[in-house]
Amino acid sequence: MKTIRLLAASLLAATLSITAAAAEEHGAPHPPREKWSFAGIFGRFDQAQLQRGFQVYREVCSSCHSVNYLRFRNLAEEGGPDFSSGQVKALAAEYKVKEQNDSGEDVDRPARPADAVPPPFPNEKAAAAANGGKAPPDFSVLAKARTYSRGFPWFLIDALPFVGYTEHGVDYIHAVLTGYEDPPDGKETPLGTYYNKYYPGHLIAMPKPLSDGQVTYAKGANGVPVVPETTDQYARDISAFMAWTAEPHMMVRKALGLRVILFLFVLAGLLYYVKKRVWAKVGGEVHGLQPELHKTY
Amino acid sequence: MANTAANPDSPHGAPDGTRRDFMFLATGAGLAVGTVALAWPFVASMAPDAETIAAGAPLEVDLTPIQDGQIINVFWRGKLIFVRNRSEKEIKEAQDVKLSELIDPQADSARVKDGHAKWLVVYGNCTHLGCVPLGHQGQYEGWSCPCHGSLYDTSGRVRRGPAPTNLPVPPYAFETNTKIRIGDEGGKAVA
Amino acid sequence: MSGHANTYVPKSQLAKWFESRLPIVGLVHSSFVSYPVPRNLNYFWTFGAILMAMLVSQIVTGIWLAMHYEPSAAGAFNSVEHIMRDVNYGWLLRYMHANGASMFFVAVYVHMFRALYYGSYKAPREILYILGVIIYLLMMATAFLGYTLPWGQMSFWGATVITSILGAIPLVGETIQSLLWGGYSVGSPTLNRFFSLHYLLPFMILGVVVLHVWALHVTGQNNPTGIPIKSSKDAVPFTPYATIKDVFASVVFFAFFAYWIFYQPNYLGHADNYIPANPAVTPAHIVPEWYFLPFYAILRAVPDKLGGVIMMFSAVLILAFAPWLDTSRVRSANYRPIYRQFLWLFFAVTILLGYLGAMPPEGGYVLAARLCTAYYFAHFLIVMPLVGLFETPKALPGSILESVTGPGKQVSGAGMPSGAVAAPSSKG
Repeated sequence: MKTIRLLAASLLAATLSITAAAAEEHGAPHPPREKWSFAGIFGRFDQAQLQRGFQVYREVCSSCHSVNYLRFRNLAEEGGPDFSSGQVKALAAEYKVKEQNDSGEDVDRPARPADAVPPPFPNEKAAAAANGGKAPPDFSVLAKARTYSRGFPWFLIDALPFVGYTEHGVDYIHAVLTGYEDPPDGKETPLGTYYNKYYPGHLIAMPKPLSDGQVTYAKGANGVPVVPETTDQYARDISAFMAWTAEPHMMVRKALGLRVILFLFVLAGLLYYVKKRVWAKVGGEVHGLQPELHKTY
Repeated sequence: MANTAANPDSPHGAPDGTRRDFMFLATGAGLAVGTVALAWPFVASMAPDAETIAAGAPLEVDLTPIQDGQIINVFWRGKLIFVRNRSEKEIKEAQDVKLSELIDPQADSARVKDGHAKWLVVYGNCTHLGCVPLGHQGQYEGWSCPCHGSLYDTSGRVRRGPAPTNLPVPPYAFETNTKIRIGDEGGKAVA
Repeated sequence: MSGHANTYVPKSQLAKWFESRLPIVGLVHSSFVSYPVPRNLNYFWTFGAILMAMLVSQIVTGIWLAMHYEPSAAGAFNSVEHIMRDVNYGWLLRYMHANGASMFFVAVYVHMFRALYYGSYKAPREILYILGVIIYLLMMATAFLGYTLPWGQMSFWGATVITSILGAIPLVGETIQSLLWGGYSVGSPTLNRFFSLHYLLPFMILGVVVLHVWALHVTGQNNPTGIPIKSSKDAVPFTPYATIKDVFASVVFFAFFAYWIFYQPNYLGHADNYIPANPAVTPAHIVPEWYFLPFYAILRAVPDKLGGVIMMFSAVLILAFAPWLDTSRVRSANYRPIYRQFLWLFFAVTILLGYLGAMPPEGGYVLAARLCTAYYFAHFLIVMPLVGLFETPKALPGSILESVTGPGKQVSGAGMPSGAVAAPSSKG
């Protein structure tokens, strides 16, 4: 029996070591893990940050990137940037959307809160043609559509409560936005591509989008902006905004989850007690995984 | 079925038994034919419909805008097709390979049309599991599949597995020197 | 469903009138109330009830999602986002359904582990067990079809890869492929028919579950000792003893389920599926859902396409032959010291195959997957028949009661009403 166990263990160990050796070949720089207000079980969006993020989107990103699933009304909905409905109405009116008039011609009208935020290009082909053959990705669910692999055993730990981690996509976006640097010696960047530390393959078609002081944030009471006007802060704010557009009901979800799970725990406790009472009638319950180990009662 | 005179149900013996057996067989066959006939429309409705087939008619591709060394993607019947304008170097590489070195031996001349060695037209899905290989990549500078690492040369022939066969050549013909018709083999449309 | 004493006695006139015309209350009573349950079952035996709860959960959330979903290539992705953003509690329904599929597989894998460890597949439960394998196959088909519906990149390419697998079948492969596609490649007609079939299959699962429960009713439950019920003291009635335990376990499982829904809703999915399907761009790694990974690893471990397909399907189908491949007369691995070691190795290898299925198929991963695939099949074809012949099992307890109380001791409780327990497991 010992020989079998030894044989089995060594076979498994050999297979595991081959697997581990293969795993090491896939080294790519991991985006640094940032602190987000919306991470974790009690995470909440920072409304001021979402408002700043929307400002960055509007003033910088929106010239190339669409956010097709975002409606203006969403900006005033609970758990989002929490603009007032008056602000949203005024904001929407600054945009034009197409509408057919009575003679069937397309005419512009001011957008209403129920309208989607108009995209920068009329369609994907136009977007691709204007951007070197590949349309810039839509922002709506991009924070969920991007990720990076943390490898074994981290991918298991990420699933756990309290120490878990779900912000891979947001961290990745923040890392790419701040990851532009000069290519290492001897590495050429072909025309129309830029070197980025965190982008897979390092050659990205998007030029460095953010730079210090590019967006002027609203001033606080003392006349200075409440957050620094830096690339890093802009990247943080737009990433948070994208986390919200990808998951607009996140705050409701997390709050409801807490109540549901607490309720189920209490219910399970009650059921456990009732089960014990029921089984007491036949002398209590015994589990049979290793019957010879059970004591008599 | 008993068809002997010993059949106790049949006072007249064998001839009647045979006739009845025939009736049983005919009824059974009738039911079977009816069942198959009823099933037929259900199965047939799952085949490509008239609109899909119409949209799959032969496709004309103008070759003039494709520059030397460039690969363009076209869609025909929902399938991706690469049209590659091969450089002299790429043609030479494709022609010089020994057939014995190939996984799926096929001469380059059998994969292009006579007198049009510049133009390679192949389906754009890896023959392993249908991923889209990336052009001008891999050791053979043909295509490299990002899914499972299959490599193709400048003739679209598989050079490293797991893909089992070369990228297939779709049916096509040259209309003029600068125009091909995909889905058309010498003036006759394929079904 | 006959087999043992039906203890249901209708009380009112109306109940008598009804029962003499359709004895359905008696049927339910004999299956879920007076049904004798071995008294030594552990929590692995609550997973049947948990699976039933998951099936109901999936069917209900699925029907409600279908009220908002649009099965077309142009509309599917948009309608899913519409559910996530605009439908009241739409995000909850969708996350329940998507994570519910994973939880369904978690529960079924525990259930299968239970069956393999305690030898629940052995006589007289072969048909019961094979019906379980059929349910598992139907679950896999349903999950695959369902994963196509959001029409993201993984949906599209997963469907392309799997339908290409069917294309490898000689002679009829291409016809089957064309009938599944409804076109010349995966497209809108494919999505539409996958939706139809995805709606149909769960009800077929429900039908096979009824047969599964029926077969269970005839043979009775196995238990951790693997020895059959011998007297009424070995068993307790299903209600209230098993019922309360099943409800308790289901609520604990649902708390676990809720954690995924509310706090890790996308962990078990794939990020690429939030990118709309695009036939011209392949994702860097095409990876199926986690519950298919061991089989995907087997598919890729074989260098030949058709060979890989055959091995992958064989890996599932070989489960159905376990009752005849295992030559040991002892059911429970608790009493099989040598086989138990191999069985743990088998479970470890299967989990490792799952990990390898998620890795790119290159270098050391391929070699490791080949070694694991070899053991996967060797376990069934060599270990199961041979170990059963040569192994000396440990001494079995005299009865279920004895395994609970120790030899020669008496127990205070009554167990089953005497006489109610005669039929099930009498042949074991």
